[in-house]
Amino acid sequence: MQSSHSAETPPADAGGAPPRGLIVLRLGEIFLKGRNRSSFVRALVANARRLVAPLAGVTIEPAHLRLLVHHPPALERRVIEQLRHLFGLHSMSPAVGTTRDLDAIGAVASAEAARLPPGTTFKVETNRRDKRFEMTSQEISREVGTRVVRATGLPVDVHRPACVIRVEIGAEASFVFSRLVPGPGGLPVGTAGHVALLLSGGIDSPVAGWSAMRRGCTMSAIYFHSFPYTGDRTREKVLDLARKLAPWHGPLAVHVVHFTDAQKALRAHGAAELAVLLYRRMMMRVASRIGAGERAKALITGDNLGQVASQTLDNLAVVEDAASLPVLRPLLTFDKSEIIERAQSIGTYDLSILPYDDCCQLFVPRHPVTRARVIDLVAAEAGLDVGAMADELAARAERVMVG
Amino acid sequence: MSRPPSIYLDNAATTRVCRDVSAVVVECMEEEYGNPSSAHHLGISAERRTKQARALLLGVLGDPDGTLGDVVWTSGGTESDALGVIGPARARGRRGPRQRHLVYSAIEHSAVRESIAQLCRAGWDATEVPVDCHGVVSVDELAAAITDETQVVALMLVNNEIGTIQPVADVARAARARSPEVHIHCDAVQALGKIAIDVGELGVDSVAFSAHKIHGPKGSGAMWLRRGVKIDAMWGGGGHQDGLRSGTLNVPGIAGLGAAVRLADAEREEHAARWAGFARMLLDSVRAAGCRFQQNGAGAPRAPHVLSLAFAGVPAEPLLHVLESRGVLVSAGSACSERDRRPSPVLQAIGLGPEFGTVRLSFGRETTSADVDKAAGILVDAVQSLS
Repeated sequence: MQSSHSAETPPADAGGAPPRGLIVLRLGEIFLKGRNRSSFVRALVANARRLVAPLAGVTIEPAHLRLLVHHPPALERRVIEQLRHLFGLHSMSPAVGTTRDLDAIGAVASAEAARLPPGTTFKVETNRRDKRFEMTSQEISREVGTRVVRATGLPVDVHRPACVIRVEIGAEASFVFSRLVPGPGGLPVGTAGHVALLLSGGIDSPVAGWSAMRRGCTMSAIYFHSFPYTGDRTREKVLDLARKLAPWHGPLAVHVVHFTDAQKALRAHGAAELAVLLYRRMMMRVASRIGAGERAKALITGDNLGQVASQTLDNLAVVEDAASLPVLRPLLTFDKSEIIERAQSIGTYDLSILPYDDCCQLFVPRHPVTRARVIDLVAAEAGLDVGAMADELAARAERVMVG
Repeated sequence: MSRPPSIYLDNAATTRVCRDVSAVVVECMEEEYGNPSSAHHLGISAERRTKQARALLLGVLGDPDGTLGDVVWTSGGTESDALGVIGPARARGRRGPRQRHLVYSAIEHSAVRESIAQLCRAGWDATEVPVDCHGVVSVDELAAAITDETQVVALMLVNNEIGTIQPVADVARAARARSPEVHIHCDAVQALGKIAIDVGELGVDSVAFSAHKIHGPKGSGAMWLRRGVKIDAMWGGGGHQDGLRSGTLNVPGIAGLGAAVRLADAEREEHAARWAGFARMLLDSVRAAGCRFQQNGAGAPRAPHVLSLAFAGVPAEPLLHVLESRGVLVSAGSACSERDRRPSPVLQAIGLGPEFGTVRLSFGRETTSADVDKAAGILVDAVQSLS
């Protein structure tokens, strides 16, 4: 086995450096950002480097409005897998770099086209990043296309080609590529400030957190644990959900708030049909305190208008009234099916649908109020030092790093 | 998170491997590591280990010379159940246009239930026979479910959730009277080492066992198969074990099973008496504290190592968590589906209402009276705090 194995290994490049693969990354909305652009690109590069750090021999080189990823050829698939988590990335393309010489470009483009099935229609598209190049983009496309036809015999179709071979002419070199892998879009994590996510074991809140990260937020999560009514499996499940979000963000703090005693006190004090709203108002107070301690500029929730009784417009307002940070609800107007689709694509869905206990369902009547008023809640809280309770809960929260 | 030292009362789920057993397992891994199929001395000594284990198991089953049947080594109770249910069904289903029907009790382990469900997806019919409120199947009802078309009957010896002993020997007699050809499979995973088992007495065709329920290693089990009974293998391969279960024998697991069986049998009566005492201690405590509860399976003969208590108005999962936080490890069960958790078919079958939360306390050879005494107090506290 050993000997046949080594026989299959290609011989090392005689004398030269080992061959390197190249992936060109295109930035998303960053190009819109005038004076802030450099800080956006810095964040993007740092995040990209974090993502490829586990892969030996991969380097990232900023190149104007592109990032170039150089990698050992065998790692291409894994580099692409990792960079799918890079917010701010519009798309990426495995590419071949060459000189600006038309014959050299034609040879690389022909090699790319030679991998296509016989009879595949194609066209060449050129982008001159260096506008001083002596030919127009159309002229370059035509010249390169002619060389490809000559080398491969593939038919050209400029209107509806099955494959587009793209050429980019830079200041010193050029790239040829035909594959386009979409990135997640959005803005680089770390460019929009910090938020605190109210994370449960359900489907919605991880998606809400992901959405905030996609707009460039760094984030920590806050989970309300009601032992023994929610077991340690549920806590582990929530941490697993946070671990699923970590690749998009980097290591993530999860604050576990031990909520049971407060819940019991609230439930004993107020009317049963207000219980969920009392719990949620307390969650807002605690989350605002924990968030403020981390300089969070907003709270993020998975609220979805009308999904459950506590999510009517009236009740959302009643809950928000207790928060001292702005409450943002990225999923407010989504349909459940859209949330599920998103959860599936970011990989949290299969975890979220595992059985879990929702602490808001504790000691709760079948028919809670759907149109509460703030004055009713304030009256229900009278006689309880809700501020001191929140201080205590926030102070006693456990902080767990994941990712 | 720091945890209090555990009082492990979940021995029906699995047990700690005892030192005498793990020593044998390690010896087979490190010293006598041969393949029993090999012709050299290491192979022969490994084969000797499996023969010893076979003799130990057959001895405990009341068939010391293997005149009635023989042992098929498997990966555990689940595989033994699959082999004992699907194996004969396939062997018979293949013979021709014979009818395809199975009969099983409502409290079978999921290994049996799911094997039957798999056959049903392949066109078989099955009849589930209910149990009474004590968790025991009626011999007459089960016999009545058997038709000329029935090929396999499955009935467990001791139920894993509530510990009730099923009238397997009576059912086997009645089943044979109705249909002499029928294959009768018995899941005895929770019976081994807990009550006396005599395969001659039981009169069944195949019996499933597992090592890890009796302080043996996980991943090791056995099926006893009556001589002359035809079953299909689950898969093909090198033709080991008369082609019934191809794959190099798991010698450490088999020897571990043998050692665990020897120990369990030697200590069985002593432990049975201790465990019955533990159950009484726990019952007395919850009764004295005025808890509203019932003992599942109370009106039926039961194996001594399982005590299933249903508390009125106490949710099962939180009860489990409170017990765990105070160091008492048990299993929980409920007859209703709270949110998306699966309800227990056994607790449903005995007609337990949704207002009851059930905990199963199960004892092993290491359980001490002091542990149970302490656990009883914690159980009462926990139930009262959640009522």
